[in-house]
Amino acid sequence: MKKILFIALIIFVLGGCSTDPIVNTEIDFVDTGIDANGWVTIPAGSFNYGMHNQVVEINYDFEIMQTHVTNKQFASYLNAALAKRSIFIEDEKVMGTHPGDHFDGYLHEWKIPAGNYLHFPYSKAGSQIKLIENQFVSDKGFENHPVVMVTWFGAKAYADFYGYRLPLEKEWAKAARGTDTRAYPWGDHISPNITNYGSSKNALQKLLGGNIARTSPVGYFNGNKYGDYQTEDNRSPYGAYDMGGNVWQWVGDDYPNVHYRYMRGGSFTNYEYDLFVWGRNSAGPDYFDFNIGFRCAREIIKPIPMETIILE
Amino acid sequence: MNRFNYLFTSTKGLILTAISLISIVTAVFNTLSGPMVEWGIRDLTVKWLGMDMNPSERAGRIIMLYHTIAMAVVAIEVYMMTSIIPMRKHEQKNINMIVTVGYITAMVFGLGFAYWGHNFTFHGLFLVGQSLVFFAGVMLAFAMNPWKKEYYVTNKEFAHFKSGVDMERMAFFVMTVAMLISAGFGAVTGSFWANGHETFLAEDLIRNPDKTGLQKAIIGHLHIMLTLIAVSITLIVGRWLEFKGIFHKIAMPLMIIGTLIISGGVWSVVWTHLAHTFIYIGSVGVMLSALMLVIYSWKKLIHDNSKALGYTNPTLFQKIKALLSDPLKFGPTWQMVFMNFTVSGIGIFMAVKLEEIFRVWPAREERITLTGHWHILAALIATIILMYYADIVGMKGKTRKWFGWILIIGSDVAFASMTIFSMKTLFVPESVAQQGLMNTTMLLADFGLGSLLVMMAIFLGWKLFDLFKGEGVWTKEAKNSELELERTSNPVLNIQKENEFNSEGGVQ
Repeated sequence: MKKILFIALIIFVLGGCSTDPIVNTEIDFVDTGIDANGWVTIPAGSFNYGMHNQVVEINYDFEIMQTHVTNKQFASYLNAALAKRSIFIEDEKVMGTHPGDHFDGYLHEWKIPAGNYLHFPYSKAGSQIKLIENQFVSDKGFENHPVVMVTWFGAKAYADFYGYRLPLEKEWAKAARGTDTRAYPWGDHISPNITNYGSSKNALQKLLGGNIARTSPVGYFNGNKYGDYQTEDNRSPYGAYDMGGNVWQWVGDDYPNVHYRYMRGGSFTNYEYDLFVWGRNSAGPDYFDFNIGFRCAREIIKPIPMETIILE
Repeated sequence: MNRFNYLFTSTKGLILTAISLISIVTAVFNTLSGPMVEWGIRDLTVKWLGMDMNPSERAGRIIMLYHTIAMAVVAIEVYMMTSIIPMRKHEQKNINMIVTVGYITAMVFGLGFAYWGHNFTFHGLFLVGQSLVFFAGVMLAFAMNPWKKEYYVTNKEFAHFKSGVDMERMAFFVMTVAMLISAGFGAVTGSFWANGHETFLAEDLIRNPDKTGLQKAIIGHLHIMLTLIAVSITLIVGRWLEFKGIFHKIAMPLMIIGTLIISGGVWSVVWTHLAHTFIYIGSVGVMLSALMLVIYSWKKLIHDNSKALGYTNPTLFQKIKALLSDPLKFGPTWQMVFMNFTVSGIGIFMAVKLEEIFRVWPAREERITLTGHWHILAALIATIILMYYADIVGMKGKTRKWFGWILIIGSDVAFASMTIFSMKTLFVPESVAQQGLMNTTMLLADFGLGSLLVMMAIFLGWKLFDLFKGEGVWTKEAKNSELELERTSNPVLNIQKENEFNSEGGVQ
């Protein structure tokens, strides 16, 4: 009996070690009612930056996307950019050029010379966009989920293509926190019903089904009720959704002495402390993963006063 | 002798008190992180105990929690040292008393400050407690002065200088002085708190290209303190296992030199990156010394237990059986070997493959590996202490075997699983395919740790139950309080004054 139990235990343990990718390319579309094309304005002014509330001034207004860039938006961009030849495909990967980083020769710093770099490995497990008959299309039901598996090069190329940019860390932090000292973009508490992080998987698995409880639709946690599931509103003080949780967000800074690029916001794989507004992650600019995405920022385009147009 | 005297003045009682307090703190604060949060237990603990969990103070809270547990572990090592290293009784008594008041003050008021609002009186008392522990360390260093003639070795089988100076005592002395200096690195930096220095967790700074001198001092402090706690327990285990002979004579100089170089290397981190070279060299000395202990003790266990099992000319299988027949004595040195797979080996592998592997991963993944390896080191040291304590209290027969093997298997399964979990990307490069491995390793880790916790609860429950008995085991421990083992020197023989020393006649 003991031997049988022991063998059963070994089989159970080894069976659990399956290394097959867990992917599901078709789910039900969930309409959150949040416009992924929306932007929110962050006014100029000082705010409390980081864990120690250092007062920092941003002396200009800017806008940041209301949500992460979605699969649908990124697929449209890929098709448009491919047509314009600003990107190209090589070995089932979207590639593009980068002018190179300044190299300081610091300890652990890598040289990133001018050349072609990976933007988006669309054929890798985890990507929710596929190339079908020379057109990039989002997996069914994932249209309004944040795009993932995008490298920093890929995120920057997206922003450049539309005349946007990636937010700087300080811009991102202000957009997430506002002017008070809150720990999360929505306040000081966290629960599985307010954002998609490590502890939300049970609730999301029930909702989205089986093993696909990873990314959630952008703006999903907005106070709406989906069936029996009541969400809380996770908007930041300026109205940006998912500034904590769902997927990490690349930011634009290229700091001296390091080759790393930085990410903010935490993701569905992380514990709550990674979602603090001062939480930070980093990787090389060619790194991609199934929990990394981005959103863009842009200068405020002020409408030209009518009198000016008439005078001209 | 009443119960209070047993728990707060006798070596065995003091160790039990410290183990119990660490267990209570670990049990309560363990509910604030990891899966406990997901299961909603954290919220219950916070609510029931009225904790103040301001998110922006998380790093500070964790630092104070680590310190309170570390103080208690250091106190246990001090109790063991003052019992096994010959010194005057009044020295032993004073050191034990001060370290006890110190660690309990630091624990109560440190946790009070960190988790129940910021009463700065509590913060002050936390510092008072730590200062007392430091002061006890200074007294310990004086008491262990290896150049005093009465402490010269009496048995030439123990490593010694030509003059007769006891090398093992010297190793303890060097470790203690190094620990005092290393504590200073933390204390000095702490004094700059909110005055040019901010609270941080070392693992959050790993990729910062420029760290301040104060940040480097803290990073050095935490590494060397844990290293020296490990050096200390290795020396203590060596004495428990009656380490002597040629292996002892090779090991002790290596331990002394290794401790000096590794400590000097860590302190110089503040000023030069070359420090790492010294750390590597020092580590080789310390690790080779531990290897000598492992070889010696395994040989001895095979020899002694073969006799006990009636093997006159044991085969390989019988030798293995003899080696494994007493898990409490095999366990500590096995854990030292196992440490290489989960701590030292991982550290070396990370250093060698840093650019190629670990710096390719996101910082958060690298951080898991880093925090994993030092949590495992700390926990392995704890298991070694527990094995020694189980031996001290005279655990015998089947209980001894069950306790020992659950401690070894439970901890090793848990720590091996955690090591694999923390390096999952090495085994399964695609995150999207890691879920199976994560589930299995987490399950095994929970199983391993769960079995340890249940066993500890039973063990401490038994000790508590025993305390209620008028003539419980505690009365015997109180009467025969000192640890029974062969000491490296015999001051009674050397200077002929009885009743003045903590050990009388060398072997008790």
